Amino acid sequence: MALYSDKVMDHFSNPRNVGEIEDASGVGQVGNPTCGDIMKMFIKVKDDIITDVKFKTFGCGAAIATSSMATELIKGKTIEEALKLTNRAVAEALDGLPKVKLHCSVLAEEAVKSAIDDYYKKTNGKGLDGYNPKKFDGCHH
Amino acid sequence: MNKYKDIVYLDHNATTYLAPEVIEKIKTLLEPNFANPSSLYGISLRAKEELEDARAEMKKLLGISSGQLIFTGGGSESDNLAIKGVAYANQRKGKHIITSAIEHHAVLHTCENLQKQGFEITYIPVDDQGVVKLDELKKTIRKDTVLISIMYANNETGVIQPMAEIVKIAKEQGVLVHTDAVQVIGKLPINIDELGVDLLSLSAHKFYGLKGVGALYVKKRVLLDPIINGGEQENGKRAGTENVVGILAMAEALKVSLKNAKDEGLREKKLRDKLENGLLSSIPESFINGKGADRLSNTCNIIIKYIEGESMLLHLDANNICASSGSACTSGSLDPSHVLLAMGVPHEFAHGSLRFSFGKLNTEEDVNKVLEVLPKIIKTLRAMSPLWDESKKTN
Ligand SMILES: Cc1ncc(COP(=O)(O)O)c(C=O)c1O
Ligand SMILES: [Zn+2]
Repeated sequence: MALYSDKVMDHFSNPRNVGEIEDASGVGQVGNPTCGDIMKMFIKVKDDIITDVKFKTFGCGAAIATSSMATELIKGKTIEEALKLTNRAVAEALDGLPKVKLHCSVLAEEAVKSAIDDYYKKTNGKGLDGYNPKKFDGCHH
Repeated sequence: MNKYKDIVYLDHNATTYLAPEVIEKIKTLLEPNFANPSSLYGISLRAKEELEDARAEMKKLLGISSGQLIFTGGGSESDNLAIKGVAYANQRKGKHIITSAIEHHAVLHTCENLQKQGFEITYIPVDDQGVVKLDELKKTIRKDTVLISIMYANNETGVIQPMAEIVKIAKEQGVLVHTDAVQVIGKLPINIDELGVDLLSLSAHKFYGLKGVGALYVKKRVLLDPIINGGEQENGKRAGTENVVGILAMAEALKVSLKNAKDEGLREKKLRDKLENGLLSSIPESFINGKGADRLSNTCNIIIKYIEGESMLLHLDANNICASSGSACTSGSLDPSHVLLAMGVPHEFAHGSLRFSFGKLNTEEDVNKVLEVLPKIIKTLRAMSPLWDESKKTN
């Protein structure tokens, strides 16, 4: 029995949207090296639509696969739609994750929020309403 | 073992396949040896006799002239029996136990369990090479210390502990010494009498025997309570009908392993060193754990900075290479290897550790394959690591 679903392995082995966006509209980074997972997300926004997204991730198979899937799920979506993305939706899109790995996937949702927060900070100067990045700093998700 | 020929198996510290001689031995045992060694008819007595022959042979191979060799259900059980058995039987003398920060969980979790029962545990730290600090050990011994349990060689780094010195320090203070020698037995020639420890754990599946069988050596006159109660097997120290096939196979495995342990160790050391030198020269920002210490010659533990262990293992597995890692995500916990952390390796680097452990079937081809495959994997993973970018900027 494999640890991961075929879909997870596919996204892990051939991650989509790896890289950076030079003139990104927003950049978010969550997690910390102590925990073993860091996700950095770059978004390009035009007319409220996420036209491009790229990521860089330090982490395990689950972390890399969820990063990849999350970028796929928000690409071409409106900001409002992207903000609705949950870890659960990402995990489901990957045909599930092992229970012990759920904590590695938590960062995907937060990375999206963090990038959108950065985008808002740059455009409206205030950031994302009610977004509190501090709470994602610890290892004990 | 032809069916493994496409697999580069470099995880012998996790477990080993059966030696061909052991497989042959097992084949001869499966049918005739069904009788219960504790019964009174002829075939039982024969089973009992074979069991005792295996014990005598193992004692001889291990350099045990007196004392007991108790058969158990493996390394974890031996560790439990040694530590709990001594702790329970010697409570009147004291309830203080000393161990080290780098022990296997079979020892660490046993100690935690005893702590909950009112025993006091002190964990001796290690230096940056993973060697137990002897001056700390000396300072820590008290009047109520009943046991020092320190492993002979660490399973993750292969670092060998100064057992002779530890025994000397303990003897001066009249404290018993247990060593978890699970990673040593079969790999290094040994004479337990000369080593002088009071208790020693071993496990068959680390030296080409079956899983689920092991032994605990207990010196004469050491007080030990059983932890599995029941029948009078093993002198009342370990109840339960003996795993006859497993035990006879273990004796065979030990014989085969020790026959050329020295030469095989040298052969594996050459392969290991070639792997280490090759990796260090082709992978920037990497280092070997415990390189400055006396190490098992089969073990390589390398840190590859800015990437995570499990993702490396998955890519290695896709290339039919089996290894292991001390990252949090492979341990199923939130923290990376306690062994590497105890050596002062920062958290973020401990996540990027890989362990390769060699054995009988490995060849130079295996090393070449890893040297060909791993640097490419690391390049790919670093290219997607935000930490790698940051390190480039600050350097
Ligand atoms: C140092 C050490 N102690 C104890 C054990 C546990 O042995 P077993 O798997 O036979 O219970 C192992 C094996 O994982 C080990 O490496
Ligand atoms: Zn993870």
